Amino acid sequence: MKKHWPVLLLGAALLIGLALPLATGVSPAGFYVEVLLGGLMTGVLYSLVALGFALIFKASGVFNFAQGAMVLFAALAVARLAEQVPLWLAIVLATVIMTALAWVIERVVLRPLVNQEAVALLMATLGVTYFLDGFGQTVWGSDIYKIDLGIAKEPVMILDKVIQGGILVNKEDFVAAMVAAALVAGLTLFFQKTSTGRALRAVADDHQAAQSIGIPLNRIWVIVWAVAGFVALVAGVIWGSQLGVQFSLSQVALKALPVVILGGFTSIAGAIVGGLIIGVGEKMAEVFLGPVLVKAFDLAGGGIENWFAYVLALLFLLVRPEGLFGEKHIDRV
Amino acid sequence: MLYRENGQFKSTYASDQQMLPILQDRVFMVLLLAFAFVAVPLFVSDYVFLSLLIPFLILTLAAIGLNILVGYCGQISIGHAAFMAVGAYAAYNLVLRVPQLNFLVVLVLAGMIAAASGMLFGIPSLRIKGLYLAVATLAAQFFADWLFARVKWFTNYSSSGSVSTAPIEIFGWSVDSPAEKYLFLLAVLVVFTLVAKNLVRSHIGREWMAMRDMDVAAEVIGIRPVYAKLTAFAVSAFYCGVAGALWGFIYLGAWEPLAFNLNLSLNLLFMIIIGGMGSLLGSFFGAAFIVALPILLDQVPIWLGIPMSTATASHLASMIFGALIIFFLIVEPLGLARLWAIGKEKLRLWPFPH
Amino acid sequence: MKAKFAALAIAAAVAAIGSTSALAQAKEQFFPVLSYRTGAYAPNGIPFANGYVDYLKLINARDGGIGGVKITFEECETGYATDKGVECYERLKGKGPTGATVFQPLSTGITFAVTDKSFSDHIPIITAGYGRADSVDGTVFGWNFPLGGTYWDAADMLVQHVGKKEGGLDKLKGKKIALVYHDSPYGKEPIALLEQRAKMHGYELILLPVTHPGVEQKATWLQIRQQRPDYVFLWGWGVMNSTSIKEAVATGYPREKMYGVWWSGAEPDVTPAGDGAKGYNALVFLAPAGQGQVHKDLIKYVYDKGQGTGKKEEIGEVLYNRGLVSAMMAVEGVRKAQVKYGKKPLTGEQVRWGLENLSIDDAAIKKLGFTGFMTPVSTSCVNHSGEASASIHTWDGKKWVVQPGVYHADTSILKPMIRSSAEKYAAEKKLSKRDCAKEAG
Repeated sequence: MKKHWPVLLLGAALLIGLALPLATGVSPAGFYVEVLLGGLMTGVLYSLVALGFALIFKASGVFNFAQGAMVLFAALAVARLAEQVPLWLAIVLATVIMTALAWVIERVVLRPLVNQEAVALLMATLGVTYFLDGFGQTVWGSDIYKIDLGIAKEPVMILDKVIQGGILVNKEDFVAAMVAAALVAGLTLFFQKTSTGRALRAVADDHQAAQSIGIPLNRIWVIVWAVAGFVALVAGVIWGSQLGVQFSLSQVALKALPVVILGGFTSIAGAIVGGLIIGVGEKMAEVFLGPVLVKAFDLAGGGIENWFAYVLALLFLLVRPEGLFGEKHIDRV
Repeated sequence: MLYRENGQFKSTYASDQQMLPILQDRVFMVLLLAFAFVAVPLFVSDYVFLSLLIPFLILTLAAIGLNILVGYCGQISIGHAAFMAVGAYAAYNLVLRVPQLNFLVVLVLAGMIAAASGMLFGIPSLRIKGLYLAVATLAAQFFADWLFARVKWFTNYSSSGSVSTAPIEIFGWSVDSPAEKYLFLLAVLVVFTLVAKNLVRSHIGREWMAMRDMDVAAEVIGIRPVYAKLTAFAVSAFYCGVAGALWGFIYLGAWEPLAFNLNLSLNLLFMIIIGGMGSLLGSFFGAAFIVALPILLDQVPIWLGIPMSTATASHLASMIFGALIIFFLIVEPLGLARLWAIGKEKLRLWPFPH
Repeated sequence: MKAKFAALAIAAAVAAIGSTSALAQAKEQFFPVLSYRTGAYAPNGIPFANGYVDYLKLINARDGGIGGVKITFEECETGYATDKGVECYERLKGKGPTGATVFQPLSTGITFAVTDKSFSDHIPIITAGYGRADSVDGTVFGWNFPLGGTYWDAADMLVQHVGKKEGGLDKLKGKKIALVYHDSPYGKEPIALLEQRAKMHGYELILLPVTHPGVEQKATWLQIRQQRPDYVFLWGWGVMNSTSIKEAVATGYPREKMYGVWWSGAEPDVTPAGDGAKGYNALVFLAPAGQGQVHKDLIKYVYDKGQGTGKKEEIGEVLYNRGLVSAMMAVEGVRKAQVKYGKKPLTGEQVRWGLENLSIDDAAIKKLGFTGFMTPVSTSCVNHSGEASASIHTWDGKKWVVQPGVYHADTSILKPMIRSSAEKYAAEKKLSKRDCAKEAG
């Protein structure tokens, strides 16, 4: 109890923050649930991107700033290919493309930079971002493209007898959440049950030990990046069907950064939990806290969600410097 | 043959510790300064001033600031354009509300306000390290973006959110022609570079480098991490704040909050990575590279006579930029400054092979 | 060695850029084209740029130039970023035998930055339907030309329209109007007028900024759901527009109550939302969608010769037509200036005279082939905009349908606002106002 008081304090503060709008009377009450659902949904979307970050960092220690660009590239591939072939085939083809991309990145960028420090690798992935942005737009174009998953976009009103005003939910959000859950379940199965998964976990734990027992590091890294590419594809398809596929999609991925630092760079569970926390926190703050701040300080409009996620993650970091589920870092002098 | 130190003996500690101990270096520096101050304004067109030299000088100043934090003290920061924004808006408000102040005083005050904000955002560095800190500094970036767009006082309640400035006047000299701006900026840069060089050669600089190399060991031998890290943040933010004020007043003239966005932060980081972290000369090289590259990439298709739509040209520029960054990181991770140092070493031996 | 080579290469490059390109003193009028074909605003920037460039090509192909002076142009990618726009401006302002003819940045942010430079560079800036609202006042903003209307005009006309829908402007009392705007000078420009009108008519103005690039609007539309405004005015650009409509669908806000400004009412904004965008309204000024005589000429002289900039199927879209009209007004300005200064390449100052004395009436519109795509525009030294008028068009799922009824901005409200804002600018910048009578006579 004594050791964990900062975490508990922060958690309590957040719960109070969550409950405040209810206490001060949100009208109608169903709206509160809608914001909560909206936040959870956004959180799921962030988690999908953060999963890619966590996977790559876990296995190769590289912070892949290019994850956003990969999401965009995959989404563009699916959207444009789907104009010519049925959607399922487009997704399969896009998976192949992302795997090829993963192989190229590993060969050209990562292998030469194997033992460099973290900043250099981060910068290299930034270079990959710029390259993919330009390349994707050259190949696929700069317009807004559609991904049509065939789900109705009109929202449905539920529980309007139970809660005053009812709750507006979107089928698409629901499907996205299901897909994300399925993806996480699939990844967990992959890591725990298959031998490749075990090899990935071994490499994540200790590169040198894994190499010394004969695990081919380079091939493992290609596999990791390909899996991350597939995760980016799923994220891209879901983001794309909601928001439309266009260049600015890659900048939304920047929002996934607070998710990874809150959850811990190396943790998949952290990516999910962190995503949900950030998503809910962000939307709650924007919808309920924003207007309060605007009135109090005479601000020119809200928009606090842009930095709230980061500040939230920062607060968590001050309490747990490695993130919620991250590995404790031991410094050797 | 030319670059030998033969016969250059030092008889006092002061002459041994000077910044440029080799005579040829001193001569080169004098010639370079003469060239920069005298020859360049005579022969260079306005366009080159406005699009190459002026941004180069200001961004070098900012890059030096970032280099102090990242290269010398080892704290990664991806949100440094926030401090440039703080400096720019601070200068704007000072000029607006206290018009009697000399612009140089305004610059220093704006820098100090930026330094204070740097210390504030540097506090997490006491607890968080490495990549976590890098992402945490993004909080500074986005918060600054938001603050200057929302709190109307900063932009003097302008309905459009953008602010504009009149040309600056120093002791009656109005700095409005491109050549004058260039000379002013060059003078400021020379002074600030001297200060930076002295700082990194002094005990505070050594504390920073100790924190960068092995922070736990540094703490063990008695270097206070709070002092070292916060001073690094403060000095770095000071430089960036001054650079931001100059960027807004001299280069842009009118700006909106988006002028200091994440792109600028990333560009600064690229400058010091490509130029060389932990090297003041590297800041110069990096800034020159990043300023010249987009213009070159835009102009090359025109020179080569290949008709290309602007969209393709700009995508190509983006791809080449990314590829060059990766190339530099693979081929020369210590940056252009290292290439320069290798060049100097080879020059010492020339024309002999070893 | 590597360093030396690198240093030499950089020096050579700098020298090459620095040296002025030796242009033959040909009979050419240079038009810089600031466009954005990449980035978050490309979906809207591309059709506009295509229209603009196509019209310039048409004048060369069909008429042999303006009064025999051929048009040369060069595109520069700004990406809607102010600093790149300024860089393009600096690079292109001196090109051509007499310098750049006119700049049309298609970005209010770039306009703000370039306006300050116009006083020393003397190159006119046409900001047809965007830019600074107070730049109508030609005595202060001697080089800005917001031809056809500004954002204050647009906001004014929208308020008039919803007032009409409610049965009278007085019926707006107690109603809620939300402004979902792009968080940039573009989006913030109408706020002053909307607040003024709110004071006059008693409606509540809810301001909801959306940060660039505008893809994250869930929280914005949740707030709209909470506050349930009677009308939503959309002041977006690029990807933000289609995202707004999509989020409106997702939160169940009726699209019939949404009104976009004339930059939020084009095909790229509604097609991504599919059927959900049916019923969405927007202002349309100057050029609605459709094809007319000028498009026939374009097909004959430009597209059939393989010189078309965009796709043939896309000519006649809203933004393409707007690009055509913007180019047309610039060309007419040059043509008018040639009447006074002769049929030769003209400087920016001379072109400014032409733009200040524009009088494009219905007969001229017919001659140019723009009937149905242009409302008359006439400018003067004091009024750089002409009379602003617009209609509402609604998306029916397949095309835009223009509603009957033309609105005119209420100059009694706007004139004092423009004057005070322009005077504030002049005082801030220590500018002296132009004396129009002296300059004319």
